[in-house]
Amino acid sequence: MIPPSFDYAAPTTVDEAVGVLAEAGEDAKVIAGGQSLIPLLRMRFAAPSTLVDLGGIASLREVRDDGDALVIGAMVTHAAVLRDPLVNEHLPLLVSATETVADRQVRHRGTFAGSLAHADPAGDLPAVALVLGASMEIAGPGGRRVVPASEFFVDYLTSAVAADEVLVSVRVPKQGAWVGSYQKFNRVAQGWALVGVAAMVRRENGSIAEARVGLTNMASTPLRATATEQALAGADSREAIGAAAARVAEGTNPSDDLLGSADYRRHLAGVLTKRAVAGLV
Amino acid sequence: MTRVSIKVDGVDYEDDVEPRTLLVHHLRESLGKVGTVVGCDTSNCGACTVLMSDADGHQQGVKSCAVLAVQAADREITTIEGLSGPDNTLHPVQRAFHEAHGLQCGFCTPGMIMAAVDLLRENSDPSEQEIREGLEGNLCRCTGYQNIVRAVRAASEEIRHGRAEAEPAPPSQLAGEDQTPDSGLPRQSVPDETIPQPVP
Repeated sequence: MIPPSFDYAAPTTVDEAVGVLAEAGEDAKVIAGGQSLIPLLRMRFAAPSTLVDLGGIASLREVRDDGDALVIGAMVTHAAVLRDPLVNEHLPLLVSATETVADRQVRHRGTFAGSLAHADPAGDLPAVALVLGASMEIAGPGGRRVVPASEFFVDYLTSAVAADEVLVSVRVPKQGAWVGSYQKFNRVAQGWALVGVAAMVRRENGSIAEARVGLTNMASTPLRATATEQALAGADSREAIGAAAARVAEGTNPSDDLLGSADYRRHLAGVLTKRAVAGLV
Repeated sequence: MTRVSIKVDGVDYEDDVEPRTLLVHHLRESLGKVGTVVGCDTSNCGACTVLMSDADGHQQGVKSCAVLAVQAADREITTIEGLSGPDNTLHPVQRAFHEAHGLQCGFCTPGMIMAAVDLLRENSDPSEQEIREGLEGNLCRCTGYQNIVRAVRAASEEIRHGRAEAEPAPPSQLAGEDQTPDSGLPRQSVPDETIPQPVP
């Protein structure tokens, strides 16, 4: 279908974008790569009054080394993440998870920050951003603010970015001694993750000193599996990892639909968690 | 209306477009590039794949039903109609799809070929697995993909052995705006009422 009519603005600076949003009112919408938004427009699930295109803001296409973290601009595409030498050196978990996002064509246009702002619980990167401890820099009429990933995902398709704000960049701490793995299960190559698990561990003397586990599509937002994380600390055998992974569905609320029952998803989360963590030790 | 200038298959076009116009509709309905087809209208099937330059000028495969025409302003697009060389010599990927019978009904073929060209630019010697993963954004409901994968393998060998260029051929001498339908219908000679208009 053809999208509903809207006005279009192509600002060249973030300040200008914020100004356009303030003027356009709460029905305006920001577009980055558009790989989620344009299909929604076409199905007429979204009908913004104005689209504010970030594509003309050159500064948002940068990946910057900021000491113990990388700062990834809002217009850095998945394809740019995959070929960026800094990301490859310091954030291998982000690289391996990004490789599983959609398909080549979508990765050429879609952006890392856009997939976070879209806040789809079935999206792969929100759970990855959670375990990496990312934080988001948001610009609005009152200036800039920083929101940690743990507070960024508010509800289904709802992030902390307000209607008059722009997600400017994502600050992702370098992995350092942490190793990570993203495991997802989908029915067909292009399908959304039925369940995804982003796991990171820091090892000491042959056992797991600390672990972080993030879940894709196990609730209306991505979430951390805190019971499993605590149980993984000190785990030094496959049995211990399996016992910790078995607790991964605690506190989750997966959907129950034609693609899979809630029970099936809880089971799958355990399997994928065990697979992800066992591959890291 | 927003004025955009887009280079398509080597020819510059300048048009007023509604911001909501999808790139694929602009290509087909304003520029006459009907070689690029609309398959699923949900961004799944990849039949509408074209090459589009990014902000740094590198061409890469995109689904033209998931790009607004205004987002393509000042970019360079190659469609299936711009792949062949002078005198309509087929691009090696086109030739390989023909020779390996990489199609049945042919509807997915324009997108499949553009996605394969995009893949081979990044990886000139893909394994079967890499071809299958590289083309995961393109659906074919007839072939079962076997001959498509064979065609891409054959094209990669031909390209690597230097018998052919992996890059799209430069626009043929004939591809001037006035001379061939390949370059799209010159907008000014088409009465407005014959151009399909979006339904409000």
